[in-house]
Amino acid sequence: MHILADGSHLLNLGRVDYLIFIVYFAFVLGIGVVIKRFIKTGDDFLLSGRSVPAWIAGLAFISANLGAQEMIGMSASGAQYGILTTHFYWLGAIPAMVFLGIFMIPFYYGSKARSVPEYLKLRFDEKTRGFNAFSFAFMTIMSSGISMYALSALLQILLGWNFNISLVVSALIVLIYTFLGGLTAAIYNEVLQFFLIVLGFLPLALLGLKDIGGWNGLMERLNGLSLANHYQPQTLTTLYRHLGSPHDNPMGVDWFSLVFGLGFVLSFGYWCTDFLVVQRAMAANSMGAARRTPLIAAFPKMLFPFIIILPGMIAAGLSYHAAHAGVADPSAYHLPMKNGQFDYNMTLPTLLGHYFPTGMLGIGLTALMASFMSGMAGNVTAFNSVWTYDIYQAYIRPDQSEQHYLQVGRLATIFGILASICAAYVANQFNNIMDLLQLVFGFVNAPLFATFALGMFWRRSTGHGAFTGLLCGTLAAAAHHGLTLPAGEHIGVKGGWLLMGHAPFHVYDSGMAQSFLTAAWAFSVSFAVTLVVSLLTRRTKTDEELRGLVYALTPKIKEHETHFLTRPAVLGVIILGFTLVLSIIFW
Amino acid sequence: MALDLRFPLGLMFAVLGLIVTAQGLFTPQESLGVNVNLWWGLVLLAFGAVMLLLAIFGKGATQIKTGVVLENPEHSHPPR
Repeated sequence: MHILADGSHLLNLGRVDYLIFIVYFAFVLGIGVVIKRFIKTGDDFLLSGRSVPAWIAGLAFISANLGAQEMIGMSASGAQYGILTTHFYWLGAIPAMVFLGIFMIPFYYGSKARSVPEYLKLRFDEKTRGFNAFSFAFMTIMSSGISMYALSALLQILLGWNFNISLVVSALIVLIYTFLGGLTAAIYNEVLQFFLIVLGFLPLALLGLKDIGGWNGLMERLNGLSLANHYQPQTLTTLYRHLGSPHDNPMGVDWFSLVFGLGFVLSFGYWCTDFLVVQRAMAANSMGAARRTPLIAAFPKMLFPFIIILPGMIAAGLSYHAAHAGVADPSAYHLPMKNGQFDYNMTLPTLLGHYFPTGMLGIGLTALMASFMSGMAGNVTAFNSVWTYDIYQAYIRPDQSEQHYLQVGRLATIFGILASICAAYVANQFNNIMDLLQLVFGFVNAPLFATFALGMFWRRSTGHGAFTGLLCGTLAAAAHHGLTLPAGEHIGVKGGWLLMGHAPFHVYDSGMAQSFLTAAWAFSVSFAVTLVVSLLTRRTKTDEELRGLVYALTPKIKEHETHFLTRPAVLGVIILGFTLVLSIIFW
Repeated sequence: MALDLRFPLGLMFAVLGLIVTAQGLFTPQESLGVNVNLWWGLVLLAFGAVMLLLAIFGKGATQIKTGVVLENPEHSHPPR
């Protein structure tokens, strides 16, 4: 992002807005201060003593994922791709979250593992855990740094605040409450953030709908926009009707890459194996609560498109209408421009400025800042646990006292934040490094679900098989990316870097299609290699050792004691039913 | 642990709701003919009040245990 040298900015704040910021940050820090009194052991600090009630864990689960990249990115996609963006929710996230709660949490929680890498150690072996622990630790620090960078850059553009000061102050706030209150403080603040986002952005969607003339007005304008972009009229307002060929929709994807790449590989890979979210379920106070965590989270996740994606769609419709109306209306909303093109990433902040007066503007911006900070805090708390349980306790100093690990956890927070600040400055110096990192994260994450699925549901899979599978899957992702190219892109961080002057093996219609297929290849290769190598190598874990870690060797959980409607399987069916209804309505 | 999450949650939204409602009352501004601050400030206030009432009178305080030492699943011998 560019830096505005003349100190100009997009939004003007009143004193009341600053008062709102102060109130929010006072509560955030206050929660850290109060919770500190209750943190006595390393496990209190790193895993909330495994005693968080289901509803809190569930809302924190969804909030930890709802970083600002999600808010900004999904509303931007809503403006660019219309309702197709909803596939990230109804096709991607929801089925994976239901699967996690019903089928995978029993092994994560029942194995007593304190982290996702530790599960890999119990199920497979040391090297598989090490690979996952080190790559995850690196990625969380980088993600946290990118959140910090993005927040400071955004505040500079929106409010004209100094980049360095925003960076240091936001890092300091996150540092204070995670240092004091550990995972519990992070989780409590994630719940505050959840309600801030819902209550801060819901009025934006409502005002937008009123402005554009309700649902019918939105449909009409987006149909006009679809036609103007040479698509069929309903392309931006229906989910599945224009997926026959990648040329038929602005995402440039077809139904196969969407269903297999996004819906299956990417979504299950993220939701079911990423410790950032799974940690919230592991901190729940019982097996039932842990299983309900992702299911409780799925209800708001299902409805988020209406407060995140819908404003983006409204923005695109309003902007299209204003540009093609006969008379120029000075009060109409226009999508922001940068270098002669739409700057979709600024959709959400400019909508806030357009509709919210001082007061609600403060609430909306607080919600935005909160989502950046909880993104950082989520990454830092996940990093603390992986560092302390999977690196320090495993390789550096095992068998120390609880007090010792509490100190190590606290020090890891300071180290994590400092490293994130460095990462933020690196991101500020080299714009491309963000793209590059996202790319590497994709390579490492894509094959993970194959490893976990085989590990949990096939007792014959071995440590050697899992490790080689992971490695080959990662390499396959890199190779696929290096040999293909999205249309209109240059060789480099967008792909094609392995071609050495040859023509690309395949040219995709969009970067999104390429990344869906990259994930699909990584998963398939990892799955096949794990399968073959496992059959060729000897099992190192006996059936007794795999009790609680593998489906066939784990006694079924009895759920008769809980109310019918709170049973995970029942909740899961209800969620999938609702999602199906929504998908059919917008088919 | 004694900190029921609904208490800070309710208190924060009550305070924010009061601030925004007051802004809507004393310096009314309209977007699309709606005094957003006034109406949504009342919504925030109502949400905060309900959470506070639940924290004070409701059942099922959000208890979080402290001083917990989990077993290390990787080996059985106890820490020093």
